[in-house]
Amino acid sequence: MAMTSYLEAGRDALAEEMRRDPLVWAVGEDLGRGGVFGQYKGLVEEFGPERIADAPISEAAIMGAAVGAAMMGTRPVVEMRFSDFALCAMDELVNQAAKARFMFGGQTRVPLVVREPIGMWRSSAAQHSQSLEAWYAHVPGLVVVCPATPADAKGLLKSAIRSDDPVVFMEHKNLWGLTGEVPDGEHLVPFGQARLVRPGSDVTIVSWSAQVHVAAEAAEGLEAEGIEVELIDLRTLWPWDKARVLASVEKTGRLLVTHESVAVAGFGAEIAATVAEHLGPQLKAPVRRLGAPRTLIAYAPPVENAVRVTSAAIADAARSMMGRD
Amino acid sequence: MTPGSNLDQDRLRRHHRLMWRIRAFEEQALKGLDDKLVLGAIHPSIGQEAVASGVTAHLTRQDILLSTHRGHGHTLGKGADSAAMMRELLGREGGNCGGKGGSMHIADFSVGMLGANGVVAANIVIAAGAAHAIKLKREPHLVCCLFGDGAINRGPFLEGLNWAAVFHLPVLFVCEDNGYAATTRTKTMTAGGGASARARSFGIPAVEVDGNDVLAVDAAAADLTQAIRAGGGPRFLHARTYRLTGHTGSDPAAYRPADEVAARRREEPIGRAAELLRDAGVTPDALQGDQSEAVAEMLAAYRAAVDAPFPSAAQAFTDVQDAGDPRMEAF
Repeated sequence: MAMTSYLEAGRDALAEEMRRDPLVWAVGEDLGRGGVFGQYKGLVEEFGPERIADAPISEAAIMGAAVGAAMMGTRPVVEMRFSDFALCAMDELVNQAAKARFMFGGQTRVPLVVREPIGMWRSSAAQHSQSLEAWYAHVPGLVVVCPATPADAKGLLKSAIRSDDPVVFMEHKNLWGLTGEVPDGEHLVPFGQARLVRPGSDVTIVSWSAQVHVAAEAAEGLEAEGIEVELIDLRTLWPWDKARVLASVEKTGRLLVTHESVAVAGFGAEIAATVAEHLGPQLKAPVRRLGAPRTLIAYAPPVENAVRVTSAAIADAARSMMGRD
Repeated sequence: MTPGSNLDQDRLRRHHRLMWRIRAFEEQALKGLDDKLVLGAIHPSIGQEAVASGVTAHLTRQDILLSTHRGHGHTLGKGADSAAMMRELLGREGGNCGGKGGSMHIADFSVGMLGANGVVAANIVIAAGAAHAIKLKREPHLVCCLFGDGAINRGPFLEGLNWAAVFHLPVLFVCEDNGYAATTRTKTMTAGGGASARARSFGIPAVEVDGNDVLAVDAAAADLTQAIRAGGGPRFLHARTYRLTGHTGSDPAAYRPADEVAARRREEPIGRAAELLRDAGVTPDALQGDQSEAVAEMLAAYRAAVDAPFPSAAQAFTDVQDAGDPRMEAF
């Protein structure tokens, strides 16, 4: 086990896969100088500018070219810089990448990975802070990955590159510097298997990406009050680990879903509905979900902070579900 | 082209046959629409066959072709099987896409035809990427991307041409200009010098050609593909033609003046090719034979398609993706 940052884990995953498979290549803006966050640092030196390819600021072409190149048997890793900018490439991702296999009757696969840095960090305002994972989860054909730890960033990116499906790989900008243990050697994390962050018997909390860490903080505080939280990091939203979530809620009788993104039509609603459909009569408390209010993300810190789902809010919700408010 | 010694009669005859096959396919498909057996929208290219024939004559089987919603001719030209295409239009088993795509999403990867596309201009960036892959893999093939005049006002046209030029990719872009973007006259909605001027602004050499003159298209495509194969980077062909039908099979195209259509009908490409062949001594019977053979082929394709079964409902859940179960009962 080595201590590695979330950023380095992603870089190591890409480098390993590029060494393993000469058909893997990366393309995006400013990759040659290491990428906008340094997540490609050193790669052009090892793999050259054809495989760590700089691109014009031309998201539709980056994504569209990746679709064509993927259908031709290469495995492009597309960098979108900020997930907000991927919106300039939605036709290419949603109408083309996600549909080609089905629409053409199975004649082709589109094995591309779109890396989309998501989330709030500080004062990046409405066009550099979004988390739109629920949009992609709604699109048949796409895999949606939201790692919360360095080990998962590595293991899931490697799985994404090996996947024959188009994968939306959402890395949280606030986690780049997070360090954690990453298993040595070949480390692959399969899609659709949630991670048990901590076991508990009272309340199941389901989350993903950076919000997992906020929920973990809440769970620690709740432990001191005698509330045992079972925290599940979903890791991938499509496919999502329904079995793990249902088994946990069957045990605890309580479900709280929390995500950084807007609560309305967020993926938390899908989880809440699924749990209600399967376990409704067994629940000890109504299902709760905590996401951002349906407003925009602001620049000024007090306004920006107003939309964050804090550990205090999570703890309050859990207490209320336990009848301790 | 002057008839006589300069005429490559065999070559022109092959175009004559292919153009008839394209027309007969589409006329049969329109009959199928009347029969309510062709199920969705079809976009005929009747009158535009010379572009498909002249361009695809210069593509090898390993070359890649990307097409548009108006792509039957391109697809036949690339070598796809007419019977499988007709099945696809009828939504039947044995269609190129198993009946899951229809006319607008016909693809035949076995002949390097990477798909028609329901979104205007969407194929241009995909074509650039296919060429990018060819370059990365050091393969000797090229990509041919056909699109209509309406496509040049969409962003992917700009982004795809820039991409192909910047990365010096082996792509032949072909603007098949039929004068109408859906039902709107393109001229009224397009600023500046049009398709070729825009291509040249990216440093991509562009040629304009009478798209109803199959030999002119053939000659232009010969030069352009040769330049691309010699490592010259992307090239651009602007072929002016005319759509003799409406935008779709059900569009009467009443927005076009009758005299305009009548004048353009006199310039349609098959008649022009036939005239050259007659002047070169090909008998009317032989020319009629090309037509009859094509019509018979497409009628047989149609009848076989009518007899073919629909795909099962279970096909809704195949080839979606590897990860996850798409069925409702999984939830």
